[in-house]
Amino acid sequence: MVEKQTIQEGVAPQVDTSVELCGVRLDNPVVPASGTFGYGNEFKDFYDINILGSFSFNGTTREPRFGNPTPRIAECTAGMINSVGLQNPGIDAVIRHELPRLRSFFRKPVIANISGFSVEEYAYCCERIDKQEQVGIIEVNISCPNVRHGGMSFGTSADSAAEVTRAVKAVTTKPVFIKLSPNVTDIVAIARACEEAGADGISLINTLLGMRIDVARRRPVIANAMGGFSGPAIFPLAVRMVYQVAHACRIPVMGCGGVQSARDVIEMMMAGATAVQVGAANLVNPYASKEIVEALPGEMRRLGIERLSDIIGIA
Amino acid sequence: MMNQSVTDGMYKRGIYRIEANERLTPAVWRMTLAGDTQWITAPGQFVNIALAGKYLRRPISVCDWDDRHIVLIYKVVGEGTEQMSRMKAGETLDLLTGLGNGFSTRNNPRRPLLVGGGVGVPPLYALARKLLEAGKPVEVVLGFNTESEIFYEEEFRALGCSVTVATADGSRGVKGFVTTAIAEKGLDFDYFYACGPLPMLHALYNAVKQDGQLSFEERMGCGFGACMGCSCKTKYGNKRICKEGPVLEKGEIIW
Repeated sequence: MVEKQTIQEGVAPQVDTSVELCGVRLDNPVVPASGTFGYGNEFKDFYDINILGSFSFNGTTREPRFGNPTPRIAECTAGMINSVGLQNPGIDAVIRHELPRLRSFFRKPVIANISGFSVEEYAYCCERIDKQEQVGIIEVNISCPNVRHGGMSFGTSADSAAEVTRAVKAVTTKPVFIKLSPNVTDIVAIARACEEAGADGISLINTLLGMRIDVARRRPVIANAMGGFSGPAIFPLAVRMVYQVAHACRIPVMGCGGVQSARDVIEMMMAGATAVQVGAANLVNPYASKEIVEALPGEMRRLGIERLSDIIGIA
Repeated sequence: MMNQSVTDGMYKRGIYRIEANERLTPAVWRMTLAGDTQWITAPGQFVNIALAGKYLRRPISVCDWDDRHIVLIYKVVGEGTEQMSRMKAGETLDLLTGLGNGFSTRNNPRRPLLVGGGVGVPPLYALARKLLEAGKPVEVVLGFNTESEIFYEEEFRALGCSVTVATADGSRGVKGFVTTAIAEKGLDFDYFYACGPLPMLHALYNAVKQDGQLSFEERMGCGFGACMGCSCKTKYGNKRICKEGPVLEKGEIIW
């Protein structure tokens, strides 16, 4: 109540929520995470998504993919497991249909999440997306836990992570973020390898490999048994890994994992994130990202933050 | 209002007050909610309910609605629905409404048959009402496991439907499945609408020659098409049960 009055009376200074990510200016650091926001279309039916900093579209591969068998979803305490398996219409359909449609309701640069099953596929998709004006940043997903012979296998060794990074950097002039898996022994070593291979930034974390069992049926809930665990339960792990990587690398970090409030965004930034992704929260509350953007200025005033970019890595 | 929604975004999330929450059978409950119903456009759509302490929402099909009320019939199958059954009149729930495509009556059937199994029965109620209002004679077949699980037989009859009940154990009505009842009674219909467990839908699909629409269930993440958790393959391409479904046309289904 008191805080509200302070805002209304204009006692608090104007706050600046903008951040800069490899030359791309975002009005605010809030970025819906890949796999939870489609290509924007479902959410424009709920609100004007131009309020967002940007968003990262669904993991896109060279070929169209149906993904994994269903059930693909399992509920958990403070989170969920998904085993979607990179369902997407393929890079051609994204360029031909999704991006033109997106242009009709989203004016800002979008983050293109690219997945693959070989180094060549990553390079091919990134080369295609490089020519798309609306794409501001490419996010290379080497951390999907739901596909075999690809995805996460590139993100679990420093050598292959660096190999993908080099291949992608060779075919695009857009900033390249590599999205890392938490399902590794030493995430810092992999982040450093990506940085040395030329990555412009690091996104972390993707989901944690998890599993639930339906005890009445005595079988895994998910058809593929295991899937990626996300939601507020993983927030402390994400903060820790963002902190470790941000302190070990010079390139910017997009933090991701369990964020569901403006305060979480600020915490993630204090850990070292320049932008902050919101994932599973969008699925339980379609307005989550919008509400976080709207709550940011008030939360900044409460915490005495004038410029959000001042707090990056301050912890 | 609808035109405005296209540019301003559709407001589909709201707080609803429980007006009644009553037991219909040992496991099945009926909840009447008061609130904004403008986004519900077709029978067979569903709402997605946020519950305290549960991470994901619970998708429940709409049994009936009017300008200010939504009626939901749900079966207690787990912790979430058990929690719902303990809620009292006056408490509130956070709902996403108007989800899914629902049943279409645009093909204008002459003699529609409605087939419901267990907790798949509720969404057929508003459909029956709509078809009757359009002057159609509505034939209804309801399948349950046993007599104690039967609900809404009289409610369908009170609407003006012709109702046949089948129980798997024969404790009431035709002994057997809905398909047994359709064959035994030699029901005359030119189109069908069905909602029920997957084995019932599949058996019905195989048993009748007529065209129809079938409502499917799948484990969902979001309920509004974002998470790709409930995808299925159809003859017209990939669909999401929550968005392009839950109702699919017989001709597009791939089992």
